[in-house]
Amino acid sequence: MTLRSPIGRARGLGSAKNGLAHHWGIIVTSVGLIPLSLWFVVSVKGLAGMDYAAFKAWMGQGSHASLMIVTLLLTVYHAVLGLTMVIEDYVACEAKKVVGLIATKLIGAILAVGMTVSILKVAVGG
Amino acid sequence: MVEFALPANSRVQPGKSHKAPAGAKNVKVFKIYRYDPDSGANPRLDSYEIDLDACGPMVLDALLKIKNEIDSSLTFRRSCREGICGSCAMNIDGTNTLACLKPIEDIKGEAAIYPLPHMPVVKDLIPDLTLPYAQLASVKPWMQTQSPTPPDGERLQSPEEREKLDGLWECILCFCCQTSCPSYWWNGDRYLGPAVLLQAARWIHDSRDEMTGERLDALEDSFKLYRCHTIMNCTKTCPKGLNPAKAIGSIKQKLLERSV
Repeated sequence: MTLRSPIGRARGLGSAKNGLAHHWGIIVTSVGLIPLSLWFVVSVKGLAGMDYAAFKAWMGQGSHASLMIVTLLLTVYHAVLGLTMVIEDYVACEAKKVVGLIATKLIGAILAVGMTVSILKVAVGG
Repeated sequence: MVEFALPANSRVQPGKSHKAPAGAKNVKVFKIYRYDPDSGANPRLDSYEIDLDACGPMVLDALLKIKNEIDSSLTFRRSCREGICGSCAMNIDGTNTLACLKPIEDIKGEAAIYPLPHMPVVKDLIPDLTLPYAQLASVKPWMQTQSPTPPDGERLQSPEEREKLDGLWECILCFCCQTSCPSYWWNGDRYLGPAVLLQAARWIHDSRDEMTGERLDALEDSFKLYRCHTIMNCTKTCPKGLNPAKAIGSIKQKLLERSV
């Protein structure tokens, strides 16, 4: 039960002065992923049937490795932003929300680093 | 997590049935949500058979007929009966709209009438709108200026500047859009909702207002503003044909403009 006034409830803790970066991030990653996703699909289609050595040679080209890393990083970042929104929308329990938000960011960071290292390993590794 | 099912004491039970008078030929059934918090009973859905040959054309006419001739305990808000006051906003045939603007003939089969969704119910078709009204007050929906009032007493606006308010000033604050928004259902305590944000946009775009930056500051919040995911229920349901989603988009655009 609360006896707080309605306007007190409505004003709450005030503006957190955030949200724009998240909004802008979603827009930029969405726009960026349109051509990158097309490139990714076309490339994967072209790679069908190749053996590992041929794939390694393909990935060894600087432009391919760079585009692959950018595609995966933008995908992970976009997914983290999206999941953050879903958690903020639907998880009402504050403790669960904080745990979910931390886990999302950590898992995103691990995936981003892991995938980048994997690509580099294939591209320039022995 | 979000609760998708009603609590046990909120589940709607079958209610009383009121038959049409003998000899009625053009009968329409109205299923109306009834709830009296003082009774301690669950809400119920009462059924009223209305002779449309002896009733006005709008849903509000049917409600008034029920209240005047069948069941005086039916409780709902109404005032202007012409789509200006916004009092008779309710959920009719699955859509939030104004009972005074909704023709009965547009409803196929039985007419289901509920209060605006996801708000506490004061009684029957009357939702408790205390929080949205307070949220409206929180965005200061009035002109704020720094400069002194001009000697002739009026702050002028060019026709082009005035045009920017079209689609915003017409809002009658019925809260049909506010209560149709899933984001407002889940986070109504923090998200301001489409009706309030449309009002905020109305003053952000007003060339005479001199506190645009402060207004944008107050809205720059991942919950107050950015819970809008452009679901568009607000625009679809607005009985005045306005576009709150577009108004919210214009606020986001203003925030972007000043930062890039």
